[in-house]
Amino acid sequence: MLDLLLGRLSFDALPFYSAIAATAAGIVVFGALGVLALITAMGKWRYLWNEWLTTLDHKRIGILYILLGFVMLARGFIEAMMMRTQQAIAMNAEGYLPPEHFNQLFSTHGTIMIFFVLMPFLTGLINYVLPLQLGARDMAFPWMNAISLWTTYAGAGLMMASLVLGRFSTGGWSGYPPYTGVETSPGVGVDYWIWAINVAGVGTTLSGVNFIVTIWKKRCPEMNRLMNMPLFCWTTLCASLLIIFAFPSLTVGTLMLSLDRTFGFNFFTYFRGGDPMQYINLFWIWGHPEVYILILPAFGVFSEVISTFSSKRLFGYNSLVYATMAIAVLSFVVWVHHFFTMGADADVNAFFGIMTMVIAVPTGVKVYDWLFTMYRGRLRFTTAMLYSLGFIVTFVIGGVTGVLLAIPPFDFTVNNSTFLVAHFHNMLIPGSLFGFFAGYTYWFPKALGFRLHEGWGKAGFWFWITGFYAAFMPLYVLGLMGMSRRMQQYDQPEWQPLLILALLGAGLVAIGIFCQIMQLVVSIRRRVELRDRTGDPWDGRALEWSTSSPPPEWNFATAPKVPGRDPFMQAKLDGTAYRRPEPGDYAPLELPRNTGTALFIGMLSFALGFGVVWYMWWLAAAALLGIVAVMIARSMQRNVERVVPVSEQMAHDNAHHTRLVAQAGGLDISHGVPRTIELRHDPETGRAPA
Amino acid sequence: MSAPAKSHAGLVVHRPGTPLARRNETSVFGFWVFMMSDLVLFALIFATFAVMSRSYADGPRPEDFLELRGPFLGTMALLLSSMTYGFVSIELKHGRRRRHVAAWLIVTALLGAGFLYLEGDEFVRLAGEGVVPQKSAYLSAYFVLVGTHGLHVLGGVVWALVMLLQLALWGVDDLVSSRLVRLGIYWHLLDIVWIGIFSVVYLPGVM
Repeated sequence: MLDLLLGRLSFDALPFYSAIAATAAGIVVFGALGVLALITAMGKWRYLWNEWLTTLDHKRIGILYILLGFVMLARGFIEAMMMRTQQAIAMNAEGYLPPEHFNQLFSTHGTIMIFFVLMPFLTGLINYVLPLQLGARDMAFPWMNAISLWTTYAGAGLMMASLVLGRFSTGGWSGYPPYTGVETSPGVGVDYWIWAINVAGVGTTLSGVNFIVTIWKKRCPEMNRLMNMPLFCWTTLCASLLIIFAFPSLTVGTLMLSLDRTFGFNFFTYFRGGDPMQYINLFWIWGHPEVYILILPAFGVFSEVISTFSSKRLFGYNSLVYATMAIAVLSFVVWVHHFFTMGADADVNAFFGIMTMVIAVPTGVKVYDWLFTMYRGRLRFTTAMLYSLGFIVTFVIGGVTGVLLAIPPFDFTVNNSTFLVAHFHNMLIPGSLFGFFAGYTYWFPKALGFRLHEGWGKAGFWFWITGFYAAFMPLYVLGLMGMSRRMQQYDQPEWQPLLILALLGAGLVAIGIFCQIMQLVVSIRRRVELRDRTGDPWDGRALEWSTSSPPPEWNFATAPKVPGRDPFMQAKLDGTAYRRPEPGDYAPLELPRNTGTALFIGMLSFALGFGVVWYMWWLAAAALLGIVAVMIARSMQRNVERVVPVSEQMAHDNAHHTRLVAQAGGLDISHGVPRTIELRHDPETGRAPA
Repeated sequence: MSAPAKSHAGLVVHRPGTPLARRNETSVFGFWVFMMSDLVLFALIFATFAVMSRSYADGPRPEDFLELRGPFLGTMALLLSSMTYGFVSIELKHGRRRRHVAAWLIVTALLGAGFLYLEGDEFVRLAGEGVVPQKSAYLSAYFVLVGTHGLHVLGGVVWALVMLLQLALWGVDDLVSSRLVRLGIYWHLLDIVWIGIFSVVYLPGVM
């Protein structure tokens, strides 16, 4: 009876097997209880429910995504520090982490950083910015957007649950069978991994659909040409296409693995005809496009940031669009380079090696476009711009080592070594994480209404970039010296100094993260002096800067004007910025009402995953039926929108206009507010105005 | 933005060009995008089946256990249901009579249920003969490919039942029409996938 109720969950699942695991579990449990207690003590439950948990506003959903990313970044980074510490001391020694725990750490670190840090960060930015840049009032499907958010939270919840109940997979973030098969990994760990990424993967797929349809159907009437979209929208479109075509492969591969493990199917077992290589193919058919899903939106951020802070139009817009599309297509024909050593014949390896080198060409085009955007611009070295510059330099190094790895004979010599670890961190940290940091500082004033403190931000950048080099350049060398990845201990004394250097690098990154936390704290405390009163703190170019900071829930009361690319900058140059709509231009508009149903679906999908992981079949079945029931109930609701009257829209616009005029000291604001005009350059010549 | 000429061919709403029509247009386009993702899912299961189509291990081979009778009847039921759903669409476009739409929807759902009955019957028979997915990679792939399609059909039948309820409540209004258009896309695509399964799994397995 108890077995039926609890499945394989028992007291053994509690993490009392090791002090470190018990501490981690304690932090999760007491941290969660502490947050709940704090909310209760502050009496904020009603506010939280009305304003955040039930919201369908893309801007709030975006902020909630980013919040999740920060929480999970804390965990993922602590795990990185633990592994770096272990490797720094484990020379002919046990170190302080037993092998099984070390293996869990590299599995959770990779899974968390990919699925629950970078994905939520970039999905969050896209959510916030995309409709604003398109001149749209919301996503195409606001309710589905909330489902994406809460299923991502549910997947992250499963990751956190695995710290408290049971142990996580030791099979790495890629989970190759046969090691992850049930004979060699019998516990719940691999199941946690499978269900965490699948529950979150549903949310990602729905996000991909939502972004594509938003771009295709929700652009404001004057942005009828796709080639007038800001580049961030283009990279989002390409990343979203990759999502809808690549994510099914992850779903198919991992769910087949789950069937093997749970019901004794034979897809990837060594006996009865199974073929582990099929899993590895399926995994990387998703896995390589996933790299570009993480990097392309960041390329979009860099394009926006570099153009704005060079005070110039983006150089080679067309070539950037075509390069992005080329990368998106090519990313589907390079996946075999993840397993050159696994026995495909030379012709196959040669094809995939060459395709991998070819993909460096459009990426190189982009780098030149960004460089030429800066050429003869008036550069402003803000925090966002520093991250972009750090990205260009560092990413090129990672790209060059990538081209090296694309050569099969070279790949054979450094296969599974720390050279590879250094390479992909060298792509994803500058390429994706720095992109997020740049976007975070760039759009923060838009979202919260005040700028982030530049001093702490710049300090954070310098610690991050020096820490990055100190942490990962030694790993290139170690890889060439023959050090395998994922080693809990080793017996080569010449490796140790480099591993200690890598630990110091991670320590510098820790200081960088501390600076970023201080940046947030200081900025909140000084929010009045950092207030963005104009909505245009950087002399911005795209439509999001034409609204107030933060924008009203409906973004734009009347359809924005789009005379061409960089529509808001064009308006400022033409002297048509901030033109107030006539009262006759307004019409009542509809916004989706809040609903708790998306949150319920998120909670139920957590229960579904948890039930399957622990074989609590009643829970899994009930949760699945619950999800169907909530969806049907939602489809029966008809009055799902509320109307915003004209008076409310006009009141907002008038108040914003009054603020703008006050800020300009009563001067004309049709060219922008004067403080920003001084920063500006002639868009054609790049020269400062006479 | 979307002039009537550019709107979805199967989309029927009372007042083209209105915000409501545009919203329905958006929903239908979004559903197409989602279906593309779902088709990729099937494509990958097909690919896995192809890789494992000779991996019988010591288990039964297709000629030992596959019978054409059930799947053939199932194929006929699905093809017929695609036609009856076509009548739903025609009625949506021209008559918009609630009883006619409901009647064709019921016939479609019944044919879908008949298909599911035949498939379930086949699975039960196979389990009785000891033909289960645990026996070999081929059988794992067979059951997952056929079963995933079956689950989709089950989802379609449940969806049709919900639409019958909404038809009864609200009649053939814009929202119900838009959802019926999407159900149609879903239903016809499942039909196409089944043709693939019949041609790749059953015909070579028996011949």
